[in-house]
Amino acid sequence: MHATPEPDPTPIPRSLLPRFLLIGAILLAIAAAFAYVGGWLAPHRLTPKRLIDQFQANAGVYPGYRRNHAKGVCVAGYFKSSGQAAAYSVAQVFAPGERTPVVGRFAIPGSNPYAPDGSVPIRSMALRFTQANGQQWRTGMNSMPVFPVATPQAFFAQLQAQQPDPATGKPDPKKLAAFFAAHPETAAFRAWAKTAKPSASFATESYWSLDAFEFVDAKGVRHAVRWRMAPEATDSGAAPAGQADYLDADLRQRLAQAPQRWKLLVTLANPGDPTDDATQTWPADRTTLDAGMLVIDSEQAQDSGACRDINYDPTVLPHGIAISDDPLLPARSAAYAVSYLRRTSEEAHLPGSARPSAKARPESAR
Amino acid sequence: MKNTTGLFALPARVLHWLMAVMILAMLFIGIGMVSSVSERHAWLLRIHKPLGIAILLLAVVRLAVRLRHPPPPLPADLPTLQKLAARASHWLLYALMIAMPLVGWAMLSAGGYPVMLSDSLRLPAIFPTNATAFAILRHLHTWLAMLLFLTFLAHLGAALYHGLIRRDGVLASIAVHRRETPAPPQADVDAR
Ligand code: HEM
Ligand code: HEM
Ligand code: HEM
Repeated sequence: MHATPEPDPTPIPRSLLPRFLLIGAILLAIAAAFAYVGGWLAPHRLTPKRLIDQFQANAGVYPGYRRNHAKGVCVAGYFKSSGQAAAYSVAQVFAPGERTPVVGRFAIPGSNPYAPDGSVPIRSMALRFTQANGQQWRTGMNSMPVFPVATPQAFFAQLQAQQPDPATGKPDPKKLAAFFAAHPETAAFRAWAKTAKPSASFATESYWSLDAFEFVDAKGVRHAVRWRMAPEATDSGAAPAGQADYLDADLRQRLAQAPQRWKLLVTLANPGDPTDDATQTWPADRTTLDAGMLVIDSEQAQDSGACRDINYDPTVLPHGIAISDDPLLPARSAAYAVSYLRRTSEEAHLPGSARPSAKARPESAR
Repeated sequence: MKNTTGLFALPARVLHWLMAVMILAMLFIGIGMVSSVSERHAWLLRIHKPLGIAILLLAVVRLAVRLRHPPPPLPADLPTLQKLAARASHWLLYALMIAMPLVGWAMLSAGGYPVMLSDSLRLPAIFPTNATAFAILRHLHTWLAMLLFLTFLAHLGAALYHGLIRRDGVLASIAVHRRETPAPPQADVDAR
């Protein structure tokens, strides 16, 4: 032992406070940046969760069901390519003569799985093509030629305007009017909706992609496209009066007789046609390809069928198809993922997920 | 084999900083993409998957490097509890940089999604399609990411504590360039 202690090899300055503060400030700044990017410090940013929460605010929560297009039925079949689209897209599904299995779903828009079939004039068709190479093409289409809005922000504003007034249980007509006044792009859709009648069948409807996509050919050239499923069945009658559920029975009856078919019609954009605006149609003279035939030959209840656990995210695409600059597409992908996580969590009865209430489907139907 | 250089092996140092940037970027990309409805969602997700798989591959290489080249000992005068915390948090970081990409890959598999790393490169499924498994893995991906972020913050705080307050050569031991001679390893000599 020395009488005088040796100097410390790492001398520590007198006041460490500023350095501790600096370290604290650095950590805090990083944590704050993380929280900001995650949306916690930006409550006004439109997030996928807010979109889905708004669906729930409008219609309630039906555990296990999709937050939109909740009422539907699973179907299956295949797509037989004509080869006509192969010059524009290298996707295997379009190779001449290629037969690709399909798992699909017909539905009506709305968050209530018990809504009457006649409550909306729109039907929807969702498809998942599984290519032989394992890549998938998922698409969700609606039976109308234009979408009411062009952006997720406008879609959110529309949902907010449609939220039922607690006093009347109905949307406030003033809010709806204000929304439409502020959104003239909804005019084409509203004109269509004025004459549209709920169809008696899923099988007689055309289904539009609405959003634009890009086909990528063998040279890597991109072609802006939209597509549509055009039905073979044309015997569209009026929907039966006074009945809540008829679409499912109609489909079952038709499938018992014969498979139902749709032609996949792909429209090529001309330069300048809008690809970022689903409220506008493209002129009728655009080149249209008959890409092949969709054949639906079976159906299953949505509570147990193969479509139940599929998220028909329209951005799940094979090599040869890509998203366009349409702002609805990333919003759909993000929102469908939240809806999918909520409903699969509910199916799994995970803690914190919504539980079936008296309103929800009976236990026996799960 | 004992490390008496006072430094991590060069591959360990290079991998440390390369992966520090990649992992931190992944945390921000992940949290940013799930809270956005804009085009950001699409392009961030396109980066997220291949970058995550790259982290998985690099983490395996890094573990191999770690097993071949033991790290320099921590300063001998570091309290036992801090040494323990350092060791535990390092292994937690290793565990998370392997678990995160595996959970991401498994959750997409369980959800029935094709695991696309590019327009045409698809990884095989590593988990059977199952909605319950998807939901659990998807939540796990979030919670492990939060744990990774908190562990990273503690790790950064500790590194700055070593560099700014203790100034004991620990920070220099992982630096890619040697600016000054790091403090000699003090495992065998008790300074007090
Ligand atoms: C930003 C705009 C949109 C939002 C937020 C939105 C939201 C949703 C949500 C939450 C679901 C349920 C997803 C699930 O749990 O699997 C859904 C389903 C669906 N949406 Fe959208 N949607 C939007 C735009 C569109 C557009 C433009 C189309 C038209 C082509 C469309 C067609 C469909 C179809 C067909 C389904 C049913 C899919 C199925 O049967 O599983 N949606 N939508
Ligand atoms: C996400 C980012 C990071 C990860 C995942 C990470 C991970 C790791 C791991 C696993 C080790 C242990 C190496 C071993 O013992 O084999 C380590 C050591 C180290 N890291 Fe990091 N690190 C990150 C960021 C940083 C940053 C930003 C700094 C400094 C500012 C830093 C400073 C250090 C130091 C000084 C060591 C050496 C500790 C020792 O001597 O035992 N790290 N890091
Ligand atoms: C070091 C590796 C990884 C890190 C740090 C990481 C981090 C994250 C984070 C922070 C989120 C947001 C979670 C939330 O807030 O809910 C996220 C989401 C996600 N991650 Fe990762 N991840 C990693 C690897 C992967 C890998 C390898 C894949 C797939 C191959 C993947 C696929 C996904 C997907 C698909 C989502 C978003 C799903 C959705 O939209 O709901 N991740 N990740």
